[in-house]
Amino acid sequence: METHVADLGAVELATYTSLLGIRGFEEHAQDLFSRSLIRGSTHLGIGQEAVAVGARLASRPGDLVVPTYRGHAYALAWGMTFDAAFGELLGRVTGCNSGRGGSKHFADREKGVLPGNAIVAAGLPIGCGTALADRLVGRDRVTIVPFGDGATNQAAFHEALNLAAIWSLPVVFLCENNLYGEMTPLHRTVRIERLADRGAAYGMPGVQADGMDVNAVASVLSEAVERARPGGGPTLVEALTYRFCGHMPGDTEPYRTREEVDEWRARDPITSQRKAARRAGVGESEIRDLETAVAAALDAAEAAAIAAPPPEIADIGLGATEWMEWER
Amino acid sequence: MSEGASRVLTYREAVREALSLELENDPDVFVMGEDIGQYGGVFKVTDGLLARFGPLRILDTPISEAAFVGAAVGAAMTGKRPVVELMFMDFALVAADQLLNQAAKMQFLSGDQFRVPLTIRTQQGVGSGTAAQHSQSLEALFMHLPGFAVALPSSPADAKGLLASAIRADHPTIVIEHKALYGTKGEVPEGIYRTPFGQAALRRPGSDVTIASYSRTVHVALAAAETLAAEGIEAEVIDLRTLVPLDYDTVLDSVGRTGRLVVAHEGHRNAGAGAEIAARVSELAWHALRAPVRRVCGLDIPVPYAAPLEAAWLPSSEAIARGVRESLGSATSPQAA
Repeated sequence: METHVADLGAVELATYTSLLGIRGFEEHAQDLFSRSLIRGSTHLGIGQEAVAVGARLASRPGDLVVPTYRGHAYALAWGMTFDAAFGELLGRVTGCNSGRGGSKHFADREKGVLPGNAIVAAGLPIGCGTALADRLVGRDRVTIVPFGDGATNQAAFHEALNLAAIWSLPVVFLCENNLYGEMTPLHRTVRIERLADRGAAYGMPGVQADGMDVNAVASVLSEAVERARPGGGPTLVEALTYRFCGHMPGDTEPYRTREEVDEWRARDPITSQRKAARRAGVGESEIRDLETAVAAALDAAEAAAIAAPPPEIADIGLGATEWMEWER
Repeated sequence: MSEGASRVLTYREAVREALSLELENDPDVFVMGEDIGQYGGVFKVTDGLLARFGPLRILDTPISEAAFVGAAVGAAMTGKRPVVELMFMDFALVAADQLLNQAAKMQFLSGDQFRVPLTIRTQQGVGSGTAAQHSQSLEALFMHLPGFAVALPSSPADAKGLLASAIRADHPTIVIEHKALYGTKGEVPEGIYRTPFGQAALRRPGSDVTIASYSRTVHVALAAAETLAAEGIEAEVIDLRTLVPLDYDTVLDSVGRTGRLVVAHEGHRNAGAGAEIAARVSELAWHALRAPVRRVCGLDIPVPYAAPLEAAWLPSSEAIARGVRESLGSATSPQAA
């Protein structure tokens, strides 16, 4: 497939924009948390953005994603607006889930984003189900289920891989291996070198991708997505990535060295993609203008969310089923 | 919907008929579970459905409850109406995350973006020596955590009508059948009808005491009422039919007339459905009560295997009758004096 040079510049710039928006959003989230404006916790994926953006590049409009609690990147890559994302982070009525879910559960039905799941492997069976529904009605859609390396030790991971394999479901299991299951190094929780090898146990391909390189992720995932779509069955993709931030705010990170973090930071996907855009012919001033515009959009959305009202207490029953009682 | 003809069916046949009619009625309905297709289900409830509806509507699953319950959640979130057979209620605990953290919460935590029109069909209770991991009554778990509507039919007609309502609901429902009821018979209307959730049924009128029950224990309570009638005690027997929502109006109306309430069920007493019913009735009808609410339940130990132990574990009709006599013999509460 030939891409015109000017087009290539536009493509690389669009990818950069997506990465930059996600990184910027999560940096805002760090700041908002430090100012006590975010309740509970917030689990950021700073450094891992190339995986989500690569997944979006590999999928078609309408394809579904079933993210985890570390899922901001997927919601934004799938097209959630900054307003909806900041609103939810701050528990505002303008949030994507109307303030009912918070950081862990970003959902956007219109955009094909199922609720982020705070049980690490729970999304895998659910993703089997969205794929099963598509298979039963003959819909030409693929479900991508991202999850962390830690999830590969939960039973639901194994049950879901097996179910997807026996039914050849149109689903792609996307493991973001960032080397740590929460605060515990992966090598202390599994005996194998490559998590992708777990695919073989269920009769599906298991492939690795450089999770710091958006185009490498997109390339490996494209193959998996296009195998799944016509009924070729699921794939386990292991994206080798790294989170530059802690698992959660307040994570003291005794499990890794500063040198290790710096080594991975040298492969920052945002920096790499900026260079890729430049190489593709995008001018420095155009990039700077874009960076200014993204920063301004983030600032504006954050300010709007801070100014937005919280949900009305009278509406506490939104999303409660008719069987639930929410009046005292 | 009562103008249609009815005929005698077993409880098993009534459930199967509800499934067949809903499968015919709505292409989004599909059924999945362990051994439900080719084998027809271990209790033969789904017998013949695979031949009739094919493998895209009747799905045999691996023994993998987290996977297929989770898959049903995902399918329900994207437009299907899955009906999952959990072979034994005890297996709900294998899929507890998908049931109670996922299905029960998705609509709420998504801010009403995603609904989960999922039906879980299962069976529970003490039957014939199935012991501690195949005999439990776990309805209280689903009553405690908001999210599922909970039905426990005691008759073939309700087994059909409540399941039909469950499948049409836009929310998660669990219809808990009783393994000892599958062979019981009763009049069942033909065609589609939907028994509403939240409407108890008066199974026997009486003026002296109210017995509230559900599932198989309704029949045990009716037997107790017969015994008591011979002693000149008229017990009113209410079949709650659904625990979520629970028809407190019918219970309170009855207690308003009798002043006495005995709750009888097979689930454990400690923090069981009876505890909640007793608490609500005490809150809402304290002045009508002439005796403390009594509970006659399964013992608070696991279900034993040996026949005499199993029988002793169950709430018997004699135990229910004794509960009623104790209620009638109780000192009048100060409030009602």
